[in-house]
Amino acid sequence: MSDFYGHGLPYISLDGYPGKIIAIEGTDGVGRSTQIRLLREWLEVRGYGVVETGWTRSALMQPTIDLAKASNTLNKLTFVLLYATDFADRLEKEIIPALKAGFIVLSDRYIFTALARAGVRGVDRAWLRELYGFAIKPDLVFYLKVDVDTLVQRVLQSRGLDFWESGMDMKLADDIYDSFRTYQRSLLREYASMADEFDFRVLDARRPIEAIQKDLRTQVEAFLEGTPART
Amino acid sequence: MLNNLTAPHDYPGRLIVVEGIDGSGKTTQLGLLAKWLEAEGHKVSVTEWNSSALVKAATKAGKKKNALTPMTFSLLHATDFADRLLYKIVPPLKAGMIVLADRYAYTAFARDAARGVHPQWVRGLYSFAVKPDLALYFRVPIDVSIDRLLARRVKLKFYEAGMDLGLSTNATESFRIFQSRVLAVYDGLVDEYGLRVIDASGSITDQQHIVRKLVSEHLEAADE
Repeated sequence: MSDFYGHGLPYISLDGYPGKIIAIEGTDGVGRSTQIRLLREWLEVRGYGVVETGWTRSALMQPTIDLAKASNTLNKLTFVLLYATDFADRLEKEIIPALKAGFIVLSDRYIFTALARAGVRGVDRAWLRELYGFAIKPDLVFYLKVDVDTLVQRVLQSRGLDFWESGMDMKLADDIYDSFRTYQRSLLREYASMADEFDFRVLDARRPIEAIQKDLRTQVEAFLEGTPART
Repeated sequence: MLNNLTAPHDYPGRLIVVEGIDGSGKTTQLGLLAKWLEAEGHKVSVTEWNSSALVKAATKAGKKKNALTPMTFSLLHATDFADRLLYKIVPPLKAGMIVLADRYAYTAFARDAARGVHPQWVRGLYSFAVKPDLALYFRVPIDVSIDRLLARRVKLKFYEAGMDLGLSTNATESFRIFQSRVLAVYDGLVDEYGLRVIDASGSITDQQHIVRKLVSEHLEAADE
């Protein structure tokens, strides 16, 4: 049974769409894409059709968002609205058609990253929730939980510190390392506060990749066997 | 930040907006109003709906491919509005200028609702907007607006005619059906938001006379 978080899309009916949405949430560098890749492989081996969708990847908005990030002229409100437009485009052009056709949609981040990033930047939380009221409630939301110490080491070992992921636009600190820690700490607090509100299934992401994947598969399997089709 | 277009702003400037469907003549009236205000010695800044550089590329690409859904259409316009509010509307209001806006949030309320987006959702979306000091609604019968647009040999645009909704394959017919819906929503907004209605079927000069009267009354009242 599909449902929207708020006012929804009055001109679209989701009745009888057989697909499912599984969202993997978590902050930057926590290992979401690795887990999604492994989960996808496993699901496909088991015969499920899988479609992936990810943040800012919409055909409509990606060039604009990239441009806006590069030019640094964005304020927090236009940022939020650009991301919401991107999400709406992917929802209607990718996610809903996939649900209709019976795919499992693996979403690399869902609306929660947008809520967290805007929330720490002081955008009104009630307004944000109303804005994203057109989003479909995922069937499962996994939240990969990590602490700042683990996260910073993991990011430094892989791709290094990035301007936006360190929240440098917020001018929290001159030093990117200090800024990263402060920014990510407030993001993690924001995610934590959403866990109950949005029924997150919390997974300890400090563990090895295989251990996290095992938990994911166990829970996804139980869910898929429990509800054979979305009616 | 959120006033739901109900609480007056406390900037020293004034915000005057014009609303109405395509072919209502609101842009002509706004241009004449700007000329007069400047001649009277006011500092004026004009801003148009959907004109920010930020979303121009996406809107243009989306429109060209007819790829916009009612929701992305709505959100792109809100993004444009947020960008202009922060760069083009609030700064001149802070500087004590008169800001003239060609279309405002009410356009979104009317058009997006006519496209099937939830009316309360659109209102919530724009709750960060500054409440105008004066909102003029140029009300025109649908036939008059179509005659004006056709007389100007304007090609009715895909989204303006609501062709994305599949109402009719004929652009004029689609425009008539869609803009009639928009008019019906506008009529409801008049009381909800206290829009001042101007009969836009009259002559340009007569309408401008009424506009200037309303604006000067408002400016005098604000000065007291």
